[in-house]
Amino acid sequence: MGLELYLDLLSQPCRAVYIFAKKNSIPFELRTVDLRKGQHLSDAFAQISPLQKVPVLKDGDFTLTESVAILLYLTRKYKVPDHWYPQDLQARARVDEYLAWQHTALRRNCLRALWHKVMLPVFLGEPVSPEMLAATLAKLDVTLQVLEDKFLQDKAFLAGPHVSLADLVAITELMHPVGAGCQVFKDRPKLAAWRQRVEAAVGEVLFQEAHEVILKAKNSQPADPIIKQKLMSRVLAMIQ
Amino acid sequence: MGLELYLDLLSASCRAVYIFAKKNGIPFDFQFVDLLKGHHHSKEYIEINPLRKLPSLKDGKFILSESVAILFYLCRKYSTPSHWYPPDLHTRARVDEFMAWQHTAIQLPMNKILWIKLLIPMITGEEVPAEKTEQMLAEVRNNLQFFEEKFLQDKMFITGDCISLADLVALVEMMQPMGGNHNVFLNNSKLADWRMRVELALGSGLFWEAHQRLMTLAEWDCSTLDPWVKERICNLLQKFK
Repeated sequence: MGLELYLDLLSQPCRAVYIFAKKNSIPFELRTVDLRKGQHLSDAFAQISPLQKVPVLKDGDFTLTESVAILLYLTRKYKVPDHWYPQDLQARARVDEYLAWQHTALRRNCLRALWHKVMLPVFLGEPVSPEMLAATLAKLDVTLQVLEDKFLQDKAFLAGPHVSLADLVAITELMHPVGAGCQVFKDRPKLAAWRQRVEAAVGEVLFQEAHEVILKAKNSQPADPIIKQKLMSRVLAMIQ
Repeated sequence: MGLELYLDLLSASCRAVYIFAKKNGIPFDFQFVDLLKGHHHSKEYIEINPLRKLPSLKDGKFILSESVAILFYLCRKYSTPSHWYPPDLHTRARVDEFMAWQHTAIQLPMNKILWIKLLIPMITGEEVPAEKTEQMLAEVRNNLQFFEEKFLQDKMFITGDCISLADLVALVEMMQPMGGNHNVFLNNSKLADWRMRVELALGSGLFWEAHQRLMTLAEWDCSTLDPWVKERICNLLQKFK
């Protein structure tokens, strides 16, 4: 059995892994784990990964979670072009810096924006107060400013002149609030220009394909009540 | 000017960087940024790191934040022994996996315990509701269980027979609640044994030197706290209610 990737493209980290593998022509079996159907909570999936999260990589007997770890594993095993994770000491440090920062910053705010604006009301039938939504979007705004001012600055890409893992992880995060209908790039010409560059570097067809699911998130079917019950506490823990 | 590390050893991330640099004989200037005095908000420090967080590294003109990035940088630049970040594909991936997971699973909750048990009561004069405390402690217990089952298993250290960056980062974070007199190793002999192994591998002298400030935090006279900072902390308390 070759490389298997357990993914749901609804999830930002899954999109980053998917795009990276496709872009670098890394052969893999796609194992879809439908989060909205609660498939990640099945016993079968718990055998693959006890934490019951996606993405998961399975390479023979070796199983790996955490998208950053998976991206680095693929980078090393498949010897991808240097710009994704440069050999240069300082350039690499910049990528590491972004990949570390984003866990508790951009990731969290993009997730909350999607769930507060769309997924809680539409998918789970749980209304979110306008105040809560406004607070979440305000925090997202602050994080976007940090992304621009500290990480992007006047460079073409986050870690330097070439696209890297940092840009891939960042752009897939930002598509979460975009999928929720937030105008993330409006009034942010610098970020909008960077997005175009990343999309061009990845390839527009691949980029669109990877984002088809999230862009339709607003059309999610309401969750089955049994599924909703199973999902609720995990969702609340995830977005707290 | 050589390598500079901007640190306050109250922070677990700073302790990881400090211990690693010292253990590997990496020469650096210790630039103390006193969190208790709010020096991370000073004009001088904001120029180093506009996000006002610690640790930061400054190597000539190159400035770097995020302890995980700093540790990797030091490993590479100073060619530290390979057991810290093993070159084997699978082993290295396990370290990466832990370093990614720990941000939200270990570091954040362990720090929250310190706030709940010590800092919030000390600064605001109020206790965090017992229900919230219990919730937090339950989360920590779950995550520690996961740490043992997935990362440690029956090995001496996370990657096997030798200490790596993962053990260093894990331990300094698990020490954080000690500042509030909460010992996560109590009644857990497997974890306690691992803790001792890591301490010995690092050197007990260095380990306890790095933890001195944390262990005496309860003695801090917080009456000197800036009123604006105090207000922000009181607002933090509201989040727990």
